[in-house]
Amino acid sequence: MSDFIGRRPIWSLVILIAVALLLFLIFAVWTPWMELTFGRKRVFLSALFNGITLGGLYFLVASGFTLIFGLMRNVNLAHGSLYLFGGYVGYSIGNLTGSWFAALIGAFVIVALAGILMQVLLFRWMEGQDLRQTLVTIGLSIIVADLLLWGYGGDTFQVTTPDWLSGPIQLPFIVALRSNGEAVMMMYPLVRIAILIGAIILGVAMWLALNRTRIGMLVRAGVDDRDMLSATGVRVQLVFIMVFAFGAGLAGLAGVVGGTFQSLQPGEDTKILLSSLVVVIVGGMGSIPGAAMGALIVGLAEQFGSVYMPTYAVMLTFVIMVVVLAIRPQGLAAVRR
Amino acid sequence: MRKALMAAVAACALIAAGSTGQAQEKLKIGVLATLSGALTSGGEDGVRGAQIALKQRGGKIAGREVEFIIAATDASPDSALRAARKLVEQDKVQLILGPLSGSEGIAMRDYSKTVPNVTVVDASSGALETTYVNPSPNYFRFNSNGAMWMAGLGEYVFKDKGYKKLAVIGEDYSFPYTQVFGFALGYCKAGGQIVQRQWVPLGTKDFGSVIANIPDDVDAVFLGLGGGDSVNFLNQYGQTGGKAKFVGGSIMVDQTVLSSRGAAKKLLVGTPSSGGVADAWDDPKWKAWVKAYQDAFPADKRFASPSLFATNYYNAFSGMAAGLEKVNADLSDGGAKFRAELAKVELDAPNGPIKLDDDRQAIATTFITEVVEAPNGDLTNKFVRTVPNVSKTMGLSAEAFKAVGLPSRTNPECKP
Repeated sequence: MSDFIGRRPIWSLVILIAVALLLFLIFAVWTPWMELTFGRKRVFLSALFNGITLGGLYFLVASGFTLIFGLMRNVNLAHGSLYLFGGYVGYSIGNLTGSWFAALIGAFVIVALAGILMQVLLFRWMEGQDLRQTLVTIGLSIIVADLLLWGYGGDTFQVTTPDWLSGPIQLPFIVALRSNGEAVMMMYPLVRIAILIGAIILGVAMWLALNRTRIGMLVRAGVDDRDMLSATGVRVQLVFIMVFAFGAGLAGLAGVVGGTFQSLQPGEDTKILLSSLVVVIVGGMGSIPGAAMGALIVGLAEQFGSVYMPTYAVMLTFVIMVVVLAIRPQGLAAVRR
Repeated sequence: MRKALMAAVAACALIAAGSTGQAQEKLKIGVLATLSGALTSGGEDGVRGAQIALKQRGGKIAGREVEFIIAATDASPDSALRAARKLVEQDKVQLILGPLSGSEGIAMRDYSKTVPNVTVVDASSGALETTYVNPSPNYFRFNSNGAMWMAGLGEYVFKDKGYKKLAVIGEDYSFPYTQVFGFALGYCKAGGQIVQRQWVPLGTKDFGSVIANIPDDVDAVFLGLGGGDSVNFLNQYGQTGGKAKFVGGSIMVDQTVLSSRGAAKKLLVGTPSSGGVADAWDDPKWKAWVKAYQDAFPADKRFASPSLFATNYYNAFSGMAAGLEKVNADLSDGGAKFRAELAKVELDAPNGPIKLDDDRQAIATTFITEVVEAPNGDLTNKFVRTVPNVSKTMGLSAEAFKAVGLPSRTNPECKP
């Protein structure tokens, strides 16, 4: 930390000022002048929180994507299909058992199994052939999309939120003052907070697993030099299968999460694939902190865009991607090699 | 090689000759319906409506067996065009029933001009421009447009409900524009104010910021959403614990939403709206149609009562069939005689009498309704009153209506 300040004094100052400004915007009672420039505080705060929670969802999807890419150099363009598949599976399980947790776990396990099948039956046979893998995954995603349309129809589905997670909670932020001086507090959906906390816990756990355990060490070694790892006697195929299963499972889990606070329907697969592609390009291919950073940026851009410049909101994320590619093509958090 | 080729050509020629020689060829009708995307449930119900109408005629028109070729769209204009091209070029249909959604209708109007031998009978799309700006001679519409469906609602909301100030949330395409346009004509004349309009893309998932952006000082929020978007909005609105009152667009409080799963739809109880149908109307013809609908499909494969879309597809097919009966289903002249007859068709439809004006646009009845909870927990639209004989100029003279301009994100303005 102090090392960073020492090396980059100007950047540190900029970051410090930005953080201070953000905290001020969040906690201060807005003056009429500020309301005039930025719109009402409730709108700003809710865009901020929505952006962060949306970032949480994108992180769940993109972390698996980036992990698979980092280790196997495999751009899995069927990742969005795994997300949608997981969502539908979770919906079915939730309907059957009435339990949201069963839906989450069930979707994770079943989609992880699907990931293992993909790795064993398809990708093992075309290792190192990027173009072929890309085409096969595109084909796979089209087939899966049609199969899901066949099975579930074109309707919009929603995974039922458990009772203890539904409804709003009060956050300790003042959004406005009533005329009698009484403070109006921010109300925010509990389920979104829960998703955000879940994503953070998972992110930290993944970071710990990658950096503090033996398996994580194998995975990191594989990312750095696959051939050397297998030459040291590690069964590299097993590591690949595990990582693929975990990444796919995360996508399935994210499907249930996305189906809970948004909804599921055909076309969602390509949408989420596009988002996670942008996320990993912005964050840096193969890096977990990068995925977190990219997810946060893309989520915030989407939400602030939809509030402050609705007509161009769709473009904003791509503008960010272009800027990152122009200035730092390897991604914000990628390690230079 | 050459021989084989010649043989193949000969075989093809024989097959082609054989098929034209059949006396009783099936009458093929292409059906466009939104079977994916936000308006899926509406598209499915529309197809049900057309199927019931066909079944009531014994599957035949003028003695010829009818075959439906259903082509799926997703409410976007280009998907409708693709589907229509497939129907015309590959399936060789001369009759198209559909499309369902507003912007699809505008695209199909332009497409129909390029295929003058094909007759398009719109089945539910509700943009004003479809039959108002450069209407196409082979495009017919037996349903009202989105503005006509709002006739009388503005006055009702202002005077009877007492909502003086409104905010609008609608999807960003022609049908919601048209609905808000029709609503504002009456509402603003009565003295109401629209203080904010938020337009979201069709198929929006995340309404969080839109919900936060609703002003505090409005009496109600006008919702111009449909299908999956409505359900998403209501769910998320419920999650934030909001307590605003609503005014519904025609497909916001339709059975497609009122029959959806989940508790969020309960927020709609007490919402005034208007459209082409009222679920709980006690007119005998309407009751007969509801019964026919309920008898035709098992309870889990349909809504509690026919939606606006089912009724519109039913009417569109009935109108088409009435025209075909007149010419004995003979389209060999490219459908010219058929279209002349179709323009004269007057329908005694379940939702009131329908006739066509000079631009082949329906003059029909609008129903003002209010959502109530039935004793069994189902939500239904209580009948409030009808506004008969609504035409596309909404009771204004042609010049006065032209002066208002076309529906858009901001037109008409509604300031005091």
